[in-house]
Amino acid sequence: MSNQEPINTFSSRIAVLPEANIDTDQIIPARFLTTTSRKGLGVAAFNDWRYEKDGTPKPDFILNTIDASEHRVLVGGNNFGCGSSREHAPWALTDYGFKAVISTEIADIFTSNSLKNGLLPIVVTPEIHAKLLASPQQRVTIDLEANELRLEDGTVFIFKIEAFARQCLLEGVDAMGWLINRLPAIETYEREHAA
Amino acid sequence: MSDQPKSLFDKVWEKHIVEDESHDRPAVLYIDLHLVHEVTSPQAFSAIEERGLKVRRPDRTFATLDHSTPTLPPNAAGERPYFTADAKNQVETLERNTKNHGVKLFGWGSENRGVVHVMGPEMGLTQPGMTVVCGDSHTSTHGAFGCIAFGIGTSEVGHVLATQCLAQRKPKTMRVTVTGQLQAGVSGKDVALTIINRLGFGGGTGYALEYCGPVIEALDMEGRMTVCNLSIEAGARCGMIAPDQKTIEWLRGRAYVPADYEAAAAEWLKLKSDDGAVFDDEITIDGSVIEPMATWGTTPDQGAAVSKAVPVATNENEAKALKYMHFAGGEARDLAKVDVVFIGSCTNGRMSDLRAAAEIMKGRHIADGVRMLVVPGSEQVRAEAVAEGLDKIFTDAGAEWRLPGCSMCIAMNGDFVQPGQLAVSTSNRNFEGRQGPGARTVLASPATAAASAIAGHITDPRRYIA
Repeated sequence: MSNQEPINTFSSRIAVLPEANIDTDQIIPARFLTTTSRKGLGVAAFNDWRYEKDGTPKPDFILNTIDASEHRVLVGGNNFGCGSSREHAPWALTDYGFKAVISTEIADIFTSNSLKNGLLPIVVTPEIHAKLLASPQQRVTIDLEANELRLEDGTVFIFKIEAFARQCLLEGVDAMGWLINRLPAIETYEREHAA
Repeated sequence: MSDQPKSLFDKVWEKHIVEDESHDRPAVLYIDLHLVHEVTSPQAFSAIEERGLKVRRPDRTFATLDHSTPTLPPNAAGERPYFTADAKNQVETLERNTKNHGVKLFGWGSENRGVVHVMGPEMGLTQPGMTVVCGDSHTSTHGAFGCIAFGIGTSEVGHVLATQCLAQRKPKTMRVTVTGQLQAGVSGKDVALTIINRLGFGGGTGYALEYCGPVIEALDMEGRMTVCNLSIEAGARCGMIAPDQKTIEWLRGRAYVPADYEAAAAEWLKLKSDDGAVFDDEITIDGSVIEPMATWGTTPDQGAAVSKAVPVATNENEAKALKYMHFAGGEARDLAKVDVVFIGSCTNGRMSDLRAAAEIMKGRHIADGVRMLVVPGSEQVRAEAVAEGLDKIFTDAGAEWRLPGCSMCIAMNGDFVQPGQLAVSTSNRNFEGRQGPGARTVLASPATAAASAIAGHITDPRRYIA
């Protein structure tokens, strides 16, 4: 996305949704996809897990028990963000207030979409994941400059993130603008390939 | 190292590199064909317009209306029964955007409108060796023609509209070989559900798949599209099959194929993995033991042969899925009473799918209490089915025959399954609530879905096949 605010280091409490295979239909059900805006989807994030049919919040669902401004890191089960390519999923999560998602595996398209919206997808080992699940009230620090996820017990995990996406996040580089700057090479390609 | 054996994926990838990737930079990948629909494009058009840009290559960009569109006809005043005002607005937004940017739209009134992954191939827009993208995860469908085809998010839709390129890292490759010969009554859908079951729901994450082996070669093009379509349900963005004579014959005469078709076809037939090509991973599946499949859980990998009992949960995840589905481990599949049957979608909404269902339904009637929707994948499919009399077979059997669209697969146009109801669907996702809040979905082939509609419970289609 254009003009993304640079991200560097932040600390936050975590919110834990331990289920495996949380698909983008759960993150934002299809009936909310008729919007033509990127904004305003946070209220519908996890809608069908979060609200009763009449719209009453379910008292025991995690998003109804936390203060969104205090919990910026969502910890999900394995294979988070699978399914549909809808970018509405990271839009809903960031609109709610999340800045990072942590799991043992995160789906490809969701990862790509998240990185373009200032939502950090962080893949951790099962051991780190277990530590997060064991202390679901904890505060973690994410340091993108150092590629570090620091847990409350002092554990430091070095996460991997695609180098260009990382630079875009750190410096607020806009990916579409970067591609537009490649247009001379694109035009050359088109000439050579009669494309 | 130019004589090193290459995979089909590598060959197509290399041909589309504008700038190669390095440690710091992804590759700039050229996109030959960009397909657009109403749901994932409005914010992308806004993004390029904010920069004062126009669609750079409208000649490589084609749009259709499928997700938010009603499948019931307009009223006497010509008004379409949109589910919501937002749905109508979304359709009108794409009509306006395509007009402003000179993009061809196969919209209302076009005899070529259809579900985007049905429309692209049948128009001959999808051609072997292309890179194809769309803001839709089932774009992997087009891999059946030997394309690198994958779903993208809306930001990337904007990138392609603006530059005809994407910044991409090359994925790993996996070869999926299906050996042997399929039994009668077993379809491409059953092959795909078996592959996903083997790989696991996230087992293909990070990979581009290449399907090969005698079973894949023996599938018709539509069966191959079904297999590639479901690649994403194993987590793989892309799945592809080398073109062969069937590919050439299937595309021949279609609207957008090259004028010098024989020359193009000769090039296309060269597109295959070299002997000795190295893949990052490989799996082999014995196709001769595949049976008609049906899912029992809430992810597409949670499937088993219809003839077998519902499996007993081996972990918390499976137990949760069984609970949602109201299935008990160990019970026979035919205990499950069916409320709704849906035949259609980008997975199984083509002629061969409708024929397979009609073959079972001809002269029979759906069971009491079953609601059945048959939704052709495109206007072309609809017209061809009507010409063959398939619509009559379905309506005589008690099914509803609808207008083309995604319909009950994604359930955002008003076609949905009621809370708690059990649906047997030929679509691609059985996630919780996918077909409507509280809906329970069983994924199966058109033959299994049709047989289950007749029987009123989940059943093996082979009992109805002579």
